[in-house]
Amino acid sequence: MVTNIVKRILQTVLILIGVALLIFLMLRIIPGNAILTMMGDKTNPEAVERMTAELGLDKPFYVQFWMYIKGVFTGDLGTSYSLNRSVSELISTSFPNTVKLAIAAALVAWIVGIICGIIAAVKKNGIIDHLFMGVSLLGVSVPVFMVAMVLQYLLAYKLQWFPISSGNAGWVGYILPAIALGWNSAGSIARLTRSTLLEVLQEDYIDTARAKGYRQLYVIIRHALRNAVLPVITMMAVQLSSLLSGAVICETVFSINGIGRLAVAAIEARDIPLLQGTVLFSTVIVILGNLLADCLYSVLDPRIRKEV
Amino acid sequence: MEKKIKNTVEDGHGFRSVCYRLWKENKVAVFCALLIVIFALAAICAPLLTPYGYDEIVTDTYRLSQPSLAHPLGTDEVGRDVFTRLLYGARISLMVGIVPTIISMIVGALLGIIAGFVGGKADAVIMRLADIMLAFPSMLLAMVIMYTLGDGIINIFLALALVNWASVARIVRAETLKLKETEYVEAARSIGVSKWKIMMRHILPNCIPSLIVLFTLNIPSAILSESALGFLGLGIEKPMASWGLMVNTGRQYLYTNPWLSLAPSAAIMLVVLAFNFLGDGLRDVLDPHLKNQ
Repeated sequence: MVTNIVKRILQTVLILIGVALLIFLMLRIIPGNAILTMMGDKTNPEAVERMTAELGLDKPFYVQFWMYIKGVFTGDLGTSYSLNRSVSELISTSFPNTVKLAIAAALVAWIVGIICGIIAAVKKNGIIDHLFMGVSLLGVSVPVFMVAMVLQYLLAYKLQWFPISSGNAGWVGYILPAIALGWNSAGSIARLTRSTLLEVLQEDYIDTARAKGYRQLYVIIRHALRNAVLPVITMMAVQLSSLLSGAVICETVFSINGIGRLAVAAIEARDIPLLQGTVLFSTVIVILGNLLADCLYSVLDPRIRKEV
Repeated sequence: MEKKIKNTVEDGHGFRSVCYRLWKENKVAVFCALLIVIFALAAICAPLLTPYGYDEIVTDTYRLSQPSLAHPLGTDEVGRDVFTRLLYGARISLMVGIVPTIISMIVGALLGIIAGFVGGKADAVIMRLADIMLAFPSMLLAMVIMYTLGDGIINIFLALALVNWASVARIVRAETLKLKETEYVEAARSIGVSKWKIMMRHILPNCIPSLIVLFTLNIPSAILSESALGFLGLGIEKPMASWGLMVNTGRQYLYTNPWLSLAPSAAIMLVVLAFNFLGDGLRDVLDPHLKNQ
């Protein structure tokens, strides 16, 4: 198992370098001069020259990449052009907000998803099952911004139960964004829980437990769910990526100062260092999340530990 | 005997047989297919269904007018008919759903087959590249690509195709690895059929059922991605109408004129839902072993 984890970590390092290189390349192949796109046409040539030197864009490509990688490892992601602050500082102030949102959304998704999945599996092919699975497909199909706006309109504006903008509202402000963001993942978690639970329920040891006279609910929670929940755990990693993608929208609708909103602001201001930093940071988080889930999975499931 | 086997195989994947089984097993999916056809027809026939142009200012007095007989969904902040823009927006959304998906399917399938069949260095290079693409949160990757390329429909096609090819390649590669071990591929190889021919004649056709399912399930995610990009103000060039962009501009009037943003949102939801239901139904009919994935 240890060699496997080491191998997986080495692979991750390779992917990390690839990701850094790709982001670096993508932001520099802009048609025309990157500086001019950033500063507009009205600036005087001196300012353009200074900016070029400041960003190191006058140096050869490999030197630029080396400087950038060196910066990444020392925590220096450059200076935001539009906000005039260090990118790592901006990220460290906004990231906690995104984490709060993601955790709250994950809680919503997990609780709703797993409970609905269990009920659907127990009532297999019944009306409730079809209803839940239909609704879960609805969950996957509704755009995040639509759920967010409907919630905002109905619960925050019409009924005034929640604050419209979550910026300074404390934890109450995170309820609506969490539902909007978690709604999406809840659908896929419910579907996965249902299908894995149905598989596990056919195992012999479930029959044994039933034969012992345990009640249905006890068998499901103590015996079946333990094994059914494993694939759902790995799904956590996949969800992390889509949560971060959805957070961009959610943070925009509810004015949460998170990392997604920072990325959107960077695009609007055509701020390359900030955009590069936020995208790289989010991607690294997703990659590390995947790695963690893989390791967790092989620790949790003895069968996989042996297989590899 | 041989003929009989051939017939049943064709029964399995022929267009009419698939439709029949879909109808028998999953009526919702058939209904959804009809809904998609209706949306597509509405998009194509938009000029016949509405007297206005998508960029035509139809009212000077009340810009943000309430829904009325002349304007079933009211008019927007510039004074354009929202229903008209919704119809024209369907063109963009359906195109954005289909074109980049086709590109990413072709690229992904080719690379996946090559990676799986040739193996070795080609496999390592292609799959590491796919790993890198899959590591990005898709929304952020699409945002960076759109930033680099600038607005415009061709650029959206490119951005979404770039984001989506990797998952197709991964699935096709897995399928190829399985098919590579089958006896008929072995047989073809032993009589000296070229690698390229084996890939195109023997492996690709057997991947088609999964590809069709993947195609119907990737379209809605492409539509959602475009609408999310549009929502953030990236993507289509104004004044063209895209549902995501309509939501973006309508959002400012959420409290006074909620339908401005909710009508295009609902349209997105309906189309995406229809494709998802159809994809689910098709998967159960064409590719039952994918059901639990």
